[in-house]
This record gives sequence, C-alpha cells and structure tokens, in this order.
Amino acid sequence: MTLRTRVIACLDVREGRVVKGVNFVDLTDEGDPVELAARYASGGIDEIVYLDIAASPQGRGALLDAVRRTAGNVFVPLTVGGGVRSPEDMRAALRAGADKVSLNTAAVLRPGLIDECAAAFGSQCVVLAIDGKARGDGGWNVFITGGRDDTGRDALQWAEEGVRRGAGEILLTSMDRDGTNIGFDIPLTAAVAEAVDVPVIASGGAGEPAHFAEAVLEAGASAVLAAGIFHRGQVSIDAVKRAMADAGIPTRLDVHPDVFDFAQSDGHG
Amino acid sequence: MTGGKGLRAGLIDHGAGNLVSIGRGLERAGAAVSVVAGPGDLAGKEALVLPGVGTTGATMSRLREAGLAEPLRAWEGPLLGICVGMQLFFASSEEDGSQCLNLERGTVRRLRGAPLLPHIGWNDMRFGDDPLFAGIPPGAAFYFVHSYAPVPEDPSLVIAWAEYPRPFAAAVRRGRRVGVQFHPERSGGPGLRLLSNFVAEAGGGGGR
Repeated sequence: MTLRTRVIACLDVREGRVVKGVNFVDLTDEGDPVELAARYASGGIDEIVYLDIAASPQGRGALLDAVRRTAGNVFVPLTVGGGVRSPEDMRAALRAGADKVSLNTAAVLRPGLIDECAAAFGSQCVVLAIDGKARGDGGWNVFITGGRDDTGRDALQWAEEGVRRGAGEILLTSMDRDGTNIGFDIPLTAAVAEAVDVPVIASGGAGEPAHFAEAVLEAGASAVLAAGIFHRGQVSIDAVKRAMADAGIPTRLDVHPDVFDFAQSDGHG
Repeated sequence: MTGGKGLRAGLIDHGAGNLVSIGRGLERAGAAVSVVAGPGDLAGKEALVLPGVGTTGATMSRLREAGLAEPLRAWEGPLLGICVGMQLFFASSEEDGSQCLNLERGTVRRLRGAPLLPHIGWNDMRFGDDPLFAGIPPGAAFYFVHSYAPVPEDPSLVIAWAEYPRPFAAAVRRGRRVGVQFHPERSGGPGLRLLSNFVAEAGGGGGR
C-alpha cells in the first residue's frame, strides 16, 4: 500500500471557458472545462486544477458554474484558484464543488488570509500557489498578479511562512521554465520541497514524460502538474505515468473504470 | 434487495462540504437525494450521508447550530460518514480538542510518523469481504486529503486499513453505520461503486 504520486492537469479558465491560445484536440472552440476535465479523468488524471485567470465578478459566476458542473460529472479531485481574496470566496468555491482552493496574489498582499482560510476549512484544503523566478544570486523571488509583478520576497521564505500560517500544500510554478518544455526547475523545486514539510506540486516546464520523473526523484516533488502539453495532446497522461512507473515511482496506472457502470447510470444529465 | 432504486437519502449540509459530487454520486447509484439543513428535513429519510470538509470543531459547531447533532446521535438507520464526517463518529479530536458525536469510543489523532502532512492523494487499502467494498478489486486506489484519522478503541470496527506509512483506519463499520476517511465522490469508478454499494445495502434494509 503506497501513496501514488499525482499527475495533475491545469486548465486556465476565463468567463467559465478554457482560454484560447492552446490548440485543443477535437474541440471546435476554446473549450468547455467540464468536457476537458471529463476527458482527462477517463485518461487517468489524478487531479484537476482550474485557474480563473480573469477573476472578474461576472467571470466568477461562470467559473463557479463550471466548477459545479464538473463536480457533478467528473469524480476526481478538483482544485480551484485565481481571485480568491477572502474565506467567503473560498467557501463559495468549496460549496460549488472544489476540494481544495489555491491562494496566490491575495495571500502575498495580506498573509493573514492563509490563517483565516486554514482556521475555517482546515489546512488540508488550503493550497498556496507560488510563482517563482530566479533573481541571479541563486535564489528566487515571488511574483504576483499572474507573474507580472516582482514582490521582492524570497520564495523559500514565503513558502515557509505560508506553511506556518496554515497552507497544506504548495503549488510551485517556475516562471523561468513555464512554457519552455525543457523540464521542471529542479533547483527551485528541490529547495522548496526541502524547506517545507507539506506536499509540493512542481509546475512549469514539462515537455516529455521523463521530466515528470525527474521532478519527483531529483527534486522531491509530491505531485507534478502540466497544462499545454496535455491540452495539445503532445504527451498523454498514460505515457507520463508509465515513465514514472518505469522509474520506480508509485503511480495510479489502473483507474478501474469497469467497477462502476458509468453509462447505465448517466441518466441525470 | 431493492438495489437501492429511489432510496430517499439525506445529505447533511453543515455549510462547508462539497455536496455536489456526493449528491450526484448517490444519484448515479440510484438514490433520490435531498439536502438536510435542519431537523425538519429528516422526515422520510431512509439513509443519511454526513460529509465533511474543514475542522472537526467547526463542523460540530455548525451541526449543533443547525440542531442536527442530537438527531444524528439518535439516528439508527444507514449512515455514511465521509472524511471529517467519519471522524465525528468518535468521542473527540485532537485537531482542536473538540468533542464529537461520541457514537464510538476512540479519538481522532494526527497521523503519526508521516513523512509529509497532509496525506494528499490516491492510496489503496487492505479490506475484507465487507459489502461496502463489494466488487472493488484489491489495490484500487481512493482519494485521501487529511492529516487526522480516528483511532477506535475497538479495532474490530475497522473494515479497511491504509498506510502512510503506518497503518490507519480508512473505513469503519458498526451495523448500518459506516465511515470512510477517503473521498468516494472523488475516487473515480471505485468510489462510485462504493457509494452504490452503500445505497444498495441501505435500500435492502440490511446491514449485518
């Protein structure tokens, strides 16, 4: 009996739709997140992240509606982030069907938000998302507002403070590697994983199945996340899991779809 | 066995839980699901599901405010507790020193010896021939997200053990009252099968 290392897919959502800019297979428009989430779930994804990149009031309602529809149709864990500024925002996401909620910019601007959310809902559903970028002296700074603004804060210190305040997981994105497809940022991920005693999700840079195993074996990541390469169909979830299994990493290879008759029961819309 | 078709299942709403996935999972299993937000909603319910997100203390406070703590203590029909919902079966929790429903002797404790907490992800279990696990193959993984688990005084309540890395109680049963530490509503096909097994057993009026 072993905890499997999670493979996570991230979807950027705006106004309740997956944003353009990626080349989705078989989809006529930018894509319904629920449709994509369902496809990923049947493909063996271990968790899905919805990141609300617009986070306007109107877009918020559309996002929560997408979360609600996903939770009712896709039975894998769902994390929701983007624009969460208060415990009430977090409650709304959880009520809509999120399992965990990730905090980023609002937590940097007001760190007490982490304490409040952890006290209200428990650390196990508070994820601290950190966007880190190398600053030239071997360390990394925290960037906010979608990677636009350098806070001048040290990423390792912020991760430690976030965990002390009650974050139960770190979603760590390397801005230097994001979109490059050359592999995860091993030094950054290893440094954060070493600094905290909660799970760290490695994000940014995945381009091929071997990269995922590297992030786990060389950097100590508890989970590995990708977006573009999954959306484009460049790399399959199964190929990633097989590469990880070949490297000796416990993965959920068999999702046992046959133990429940999905087709027969799917009569409620 | 009726197969559970149309079983009137009440889903306890204490303000923070993810009712959407559990409700739809139970519907897919053939139950007629409605939300229970107060004692008046209990009328006519044949089975109850007690979900849980958050801390044991906060969840207990909300159950008391909603007037549901005593009815739950008195409930003798089929009951499924999920995550914190299962932890509430026990006497107290060391998470925040809170008193729980005290249906079972034992306490909820932080997982000892774990390399990282929370324990987040898919893990498998050792389980016997309990009807809750009917048709679920050994080695099937379920989704966990927690730092605490109950330690029953009577280990014979435990119908499934998981490891992280030490063994902990992943599912318990006394009669028609069952509790699971993992999230069946987030555990794909095996999770839906487990919900379906609960509905089938509750609909059959059985238990053991």
